[in-house]
Amino acid sequence: MTEKEYNGILVFAEQRNGEIHHVSYELLNKAEELAAELNCPIFAALLGPTGIEAEELIYRGAHEVYYLEDEAFGQPDELFYKENLVDLIEELKPEIILLGATNFGRSLAPRVAAALDTGLTADCTDLRVDEAGKLLQIRPAFSENILAQIETVTYPQMATVRYKEFVERDRDATLEGEIIKKSPTKAQEQSIEVLELLEQQKVNIAEAEVVVAGGKGIKKAADFELLQKLATKLGGVIGASRDIIDAGYLSKEYQIGYSGYRVAPKLYIACGISGAPQHVAGIKEADKIIAINTDPSAPIFEIADYGIIGDLYQVIPKLIEEVQEDETRDN
Amino acid sequence: MKIIVLIKQVPEMERVKFDTERGVINRKSAGVEINPFDLNALEAALQIKEELGAEVIALSMGPTRAEGVIKEAIARGADDGVLLTDRKFSGADTRATSYLLASAIEEIGNVDLVIAGEMTVDGDTAQVGPQTAEYLGLAHVAYVTKLKKIREDYLTVVSSVWDANYLKKLKYPGLITVTKDLNTPRLPLLKRKLEVREAEVEKWGIADFKTDLDHQDVGLKGSCTRVRKIEVPSLIEREGKIWTGDELTEAITEVAQICQEKDRMGE
Ligand SMILES: Cc1cc2nc3c(=O)[nH]c(=O)nc-3n(C[C@H](O)[C@H](O)[C@H](O)COP(=O)(O)OP(=O)(O)OC[C@H]3O[C@@H](n4cnc5c(N)ncnc54)[C@H](O)[C@@H]3O)c2cc1C
Ligand SMILES: Nc1ncnc2c1ncn2[C@@H]1O[C@H](COP(=O)(O)O)[C@@H](O)[C@H]1O
Repeated sequence: MTEKEYNGILVFAEQRNGEIHHVSYELLNKAEELAAELNCPIFAALLGPTGIEAEELIYRGAHEVYYLEDEAFGQPDELFYKENLVDLIEELKPEIILLGATNFGRSLAPRVAAALDTGLTADCTDLRVDEAGKLLQIRPAFSENILAQIETVTYPQMATVRYKEFVERDRDATLEGEIIKKSPTKAQEQSIEVLELLEQQKVNIAEAEVVVAGGKGIKKAADFELLQKLATKLGGVIGASRDIIDAGYLSKEYQIGYSGYRVAPKLYIACGISGAPQHVAGIKEADKIIAINTDPSAPIFEIADYGIIGDLYQVIPKLIEEVQEDETRDN
Repeated sequence: MKIIVLIKQVPEMERVKFDTERGVINRKSAGVEINPFDLNALEAALQIKEELGAEVIALSMGPTRAEGVIKEAIARGADDGVLLTDRKFSGADTRATSYLLASAIEEIGNVDLVIAGEMTVDGDTAQVGPQTAEYLGLAHVAYVTKLKKIREDYLTVVSSVWDANYLKKLKYPGLITVTKDLNTPRLPLLKRKLEVREAEVEKWGIADFKTDLDHQDVGLKGSCTRVRKIEVPSLIEREGKIWTGDELTEAITEVAQICQEKDRMGE
């Protein structure tokens, strides 16, 4: 594999139910920055059912959009995606391939990388090009305690990139590009079947502007109503530590941390959460952290902007009273 | 039915020290343990074994001392285990690791199901499971949060992707990667713990593979990525204003104020 053969940056535009996921626009923004240094084209690979507005990817900076249309792409079948994406990659020979580090992306990308027998860097938080034109991939490791700089010695250079790490490429409807529609080159395999969509997640705490989170300091499931009241008043959502999920008080979509969701709200209020490193891994990007805990030595106070040493059952009702509802806010 | 569980020995993350100034990881004060997510993988295998009857084999790649995790897996209920250990295996990235694990699984032969953890707490990549599946040419389901039906020739599982839960059917042979939510791992049995203490763990080096394993495909040589450097980032500076119990009224007023300001930001 010599690098001469490889040219261009391919962004995998993840879609769900015909809607392009916003991480794709973030990847396109970064791709544009890298392409400026490498002086190369930007491709987008859109595998999905018919009827997706593929022009949107052009308006976000893709020069060529390869739209593989098939209803079966409406299901999260990684094997089917892999087979077809690999064929497209072999045709285009991009030097860099970027995918969102969503669950789907992190399940699909390793299969694609292994099929191409090339390297893959997971869950990157930054990407750069070095003097030699190689992609430098920065990623957290060791339970997010370190940042490693990784390079790929084979081609293509592949990385998954964390959602909300880069800003989206601004939409510019004057941009022009080409949409190349194709049919899948491979059929769906029989070894795996997507039987049914059981339930759509109800909340998406990763997107919330205010998160009021509860931990083991909450004595019973019903007490989350208290946190919900405060959250509602602040226009936010509730969240929780893993112990709360394990106790069955709330479902997994509320879990914040290393093995849950990472949140990046303007305001994060930790109520009865000790601040274990695995929890803190999920809140590092919060603008302001407020902690309420009875234990003055709780590690959460070391990373909080504001801390109240006190009983959440006393503090929160008072806070709810004190906080004025913002009447100018719609909804 | 033959089930392989992929387990890795990792440092006890709570005890590892990260030196921000020198940018180094100090593991001296930390012991080693089974990667926590791999305990869920093992538990899943044991539950399937209880349902259908199966041979559960723990498979790991690592230095000789990683035989400890094989022993622990056996103490927790695995029937057998193999440690892939050889100087030539060191320096492996996820590509080289997966390639080797896949080769060993092929060597073991007649495997119906491979179960991996969601990710390792030192690698954080979540790649080895799906990569191993690809090298084996098997279908996989990642982020499994529930085993629904456990049958002789297939599994139905709940997979968490696309911000939703999907029910998927996986025919054997196949691979799944499991999350923490799947189950609560059982503890090791004291009796078995004592039994395995003195037992010899089966170890395979590169020469022990019956089919030729190319030196170019394992360890550092078989790796497609290189770590250029690491850095230990310092925490973001925070204001760190703390109010104690007797300042509650003041605290509430101020915090309420902060809440409201933040709420309006960016509008
Ligand atoms: C591999 C791995 C992954 C993990 N992933 C995650 C993850 O994604 N997210 C996560 O959260 N954890 C995760 N954990 C678990 C983590 O290590 C901690 O166990 C967990 O975060 C602790 O939750 P907690 O703070 O709610 O409970 P505790 O540590 O028990 O803390 C409860 C706190 O509440 C305070 N309190 C009690 N009563 C009151 C009261 N009335 N008012 C105010 N304060 C009160 C106590 O002083 C205490 O500080 C993970 C662990 C491992 C090993
Ligand atoms: N060295 C290894 N030996 C055995 N299994 C491994 C090894 N590394 C990773 N795995 C498996 O792959 C999963 C994902 O690991 P990772 O890709 O490192 O996050 C782990 O939970 C294990 O099940």
